[in-house]
Amino acid sequence: MGLKQNLHNLKEKYRGTKFEQGFNALHTFLYLPNTTTHGGTHVKDATDLKRVMNTVIMAMIPVLIFGMFNAGYQHYLQINGTAEFLTMDNFIIGLKKVVPMLLVSYGVGLGIEFIFATVKKHEVEEGYLVTGMLVPLIMPVDLPLWMLAVAVAFGVVIGKELFGGTGMNILNPALTIRAFLFFNWAAWMSGDKVWVHGAVDGVKKISGTDAISGETVLGALAANKPLPENWDAMNSFLGFIPGSIGETSTLLILVGAAFLILTGIGSARIMLSAVIGAAVMGLIFNGIVDANVITESSKFYSLMNFPFWQHLLVGGIAFGIVFMATDPVSAAQTSTGKIIYGFLIGFFSILIRVFNPAYPEGVMMAILLLNVFAPTIDHYVVQANVKRRMKRLKVKTT
Amino acid sequence: MSKDIRIKKGLDLKLKGEAANKIAETTRSKVYAVKPSDFHGVTPKMVVKEGDNVKAGEVIFYSKADEKVKFVAPVSGTIQEIKRGEKRVILEILIAADSQDVFVEHSKKNPNDLSTEEVKAHLLASGCWPFITQRPYDVIANSADSPKSIFVSGINSAPLEADLEITLSGKKDFLKAGFEVLAKLTSGKVHVTAKKNAAYLPDSNSFVFHKGSGLHPVGLVSTQIAKIDPINKGEKVWVVQMEDVAIIGELFLTGKFNPTRILALAGTGFQDPSYVKAIIGAQVADVVAGNLKEGNYRIINGDVLTGEQKTRNGFLGFYHNMFTAIPEGDDYDFFGWNIPRPNKFSVYRANMFSFLTPNKKYDLNTNTNGEHRAFVLTGDYEKVFPLDIYPIQLLKSILVKDIDQMEALGIYEVAPEDFALTEYICVSKQDHQRIVRHGLDVMIKEVG
Repeated sequence: MGLKQNLHNLKEKYRGTKFEQGFNALHTFLYLPNTTTHGGTHVKDATDLKRVMNTVIMAMIPVLIFGMFNAGYQHYLQINGTAEFLTMDNFIIGLKKVVPMLLVSYGVGLGIEFIFATVKKHEVEEGYLVTGMLVPLIMPVDLPLWMLAVAVAFGVVIGKELFGGTGMNILNPALTIRAFLFFNWAAWMSGDKVWVHGAVDGVKKISGTDAISGETVLGALAANKPLPENWDAMNSFLGFIPGSIGETSTLLILVGAAFLILTGIGSARIMLSAVIGAAVMGLIFNGIVDANVITESSKFYSLMNFPFWQHLLVGGIAFGIVFMATDPVSAAQTSTGKIIYGFLIGFFSILIRVFNPAYPEGVMMAILLLNVFAPTIDHYVVQANVKRRMKRLKVKTT
Repeated sequence: MSKDIRIKKGLDLKLKGEAANKIAETTRSKVYAVKPSDFHGVTPKMVVKEGDNVKAGEVIFYSKADEKVKFVAPVSGTIQEIKRGEKRVILEILIAADSQDVFVEHSKKNPNDLSTEEVKAHLLASGCWPFITQRPYDVIANSADSPKSIFVSGINSAPLEADLEITLSGKKDFLKAGFEVLAKLTSGKVHVTAKKNAAYLPDSNSFVFHKGSGLHPVGLVSTQIAKIDPINKGEKVWVVQMEDVAIIGELFLTGKFNPTRILALAGTGFQDPSYVKAIIGAQVADVVAGNLKEGNYRIINGDVLTGEQKTRNGFLGFYHNMFTAIPEGDDYDFFGWNIPRPNKFSVYRANMFSFLTPNKKYDLNTNTNGEHRAFVLTGDYEKVFPLDIYPIQLLKSILVKDIDQMEALGIYEVAPEDFALTEYICVSKQDHQRIVRHGLDVMIKEVG
């Protein structure tokens, strides 16, 4: 084993130098290290954080590939009025748009991780492997790469490294990145021009056609406009609609969810309670409309009147619930806490979606909000345990 | 008031190399050792010096904190060396053994005729007291205390652990006397949790029998205490190992302190996993002689979750009832972090398929299978942790030394061994047992 021995020699050579952390990150990617247990249990479970993160990435592969096809499909659909889905042309457009985003996301994010690891003399941690994959999936397809790079740098440094790195952050880093983009370059993150490749400068590029309109369902509803002609719930469930790269196909997100639950990595509690929370809020709004509390003249009418189950099929809510609300670091940590946390994410997602004047989607803000409150939720759950212990003592002493 | 305990939150780690039911004699070691480090928190004050002759059962040092707690020689012989380390800390006291033991002869006693104080005095003077440990803190019991109850676990549930039916066969009388002794020490009850059909247990009114079943850690005392009579702040519960109850019983019946144990030799590092008879303090090489395979194996005194790593030149620890030998895992594994590995076990299903073969036995090595990381995953420790305690919250409160929080979250109810399973499954490869030991030490210092 020449390679193994050579790498081992290099590891010894770099030990204690400033190359140590960077080299080890690459080395441990190739080889599970030769470290043995000391002092505690003599055997350890075969799973480590790398394996866990790898599993989450695998769960996102289907939506990534679908997103690439969909990028091309939406593009040609707008130009030609009709398009096939599974064509090489579609995929190549997706490839050209998504791969550079992946490269920027991983390049900038991991670059910063390497620098911090070297300066702070700790190993490069795996958290960013998942974040780096999530980031392109929640972006509009035409987002300029420099914006992405700036946002990733912000998200990793402010959102994560300042708190101490993987495992210490309060907010989900991928959503921090998205929120940064959203509040800085809102025009690139919302509206009816950003969801379809070529739409922003469509007038210039595509002569003879009207400017491409890549309006999302939620955009149309928020403006009380009629839904796009080719939209129906099934289309939306399967994912043939405009939207962020990875968020459109509820079906494949469900496949990812099933994979995460079966592998035991994603929390089924959070996912299920979030779906219930969203359905409850949707039902409340449907009920308000049914009870004639508001009329069609209300600017919230269309969104409130949208059937509650269809709310789950559009926008980023499914993706957010499955891949971002379940981030164990920023979520609630106790079993009961997870149920409350998930429910409130679903609940607030729809609430914000309906009432947000600037942007008809709420899952990002809902998750970030609940990230902040997750420790509070856990605190009260843990207090119940503490009280039980105190009560036992009181019963004894009286 | 017998209770049935059935543990569903836990993990039976199935390993190859279970000890077969046969007991071999070992050759008598030339040198035996008493190691103060076996007794957590004890600072020894020497009574003997190098060159002194001692009998088996003769005091060689006592605890600086409590002079009444004596530690005795396991064999008769000459004090060969008092080994010291940094700052003159006493590492081990080596005794060159006589070919035949000469015992300190205590008078035979019937515990039922003695007062509690007399029983305590006898245990303290004879060197049996260190067998009694206490909760909270998992240290040797304070002889001035009166515990609310005493717990003895009658189940060995850790991986490959010795079968009590074998290690205690023929010791019913000793056990019976031992339980009579324990019953004298508490105003409460002596609780024994064992399997329904435990045949080694004597019939006795001295203890309450509870039926235990299910997954490891059903055999750990903290689990049994939590289910039967949980510890509250300010309360003391004493704990004795089943084998040591027999040693205590033997002291009262025969007048001799006879620290002979039947030990399991288990794990794939042994050619013929089986049982041996040895005296506490015996040299490891003599106990495992001839049975240990050549090659890169780790010798563990104890089980793979809580045991102590030893070399052949080391000595059998005071509390351990087994040796495990497993392969060292000091090799690299190409893409070992993402490829499914059929020869490794994982409770997670993250590209690992051991969940498909729940009864398969594994030959695990000592590789950490990953590097140390911050805590990331949540909700998994609870699946192998049967106590009504939030493990990760308690660990974090220890890491930040928040004494009030540690107390509120239940540190008085745990010992390091309770966190062995959570440590085993930890994907962040954190040292849970070390953290808990540290937390308990902080509490001893700050609260007492």
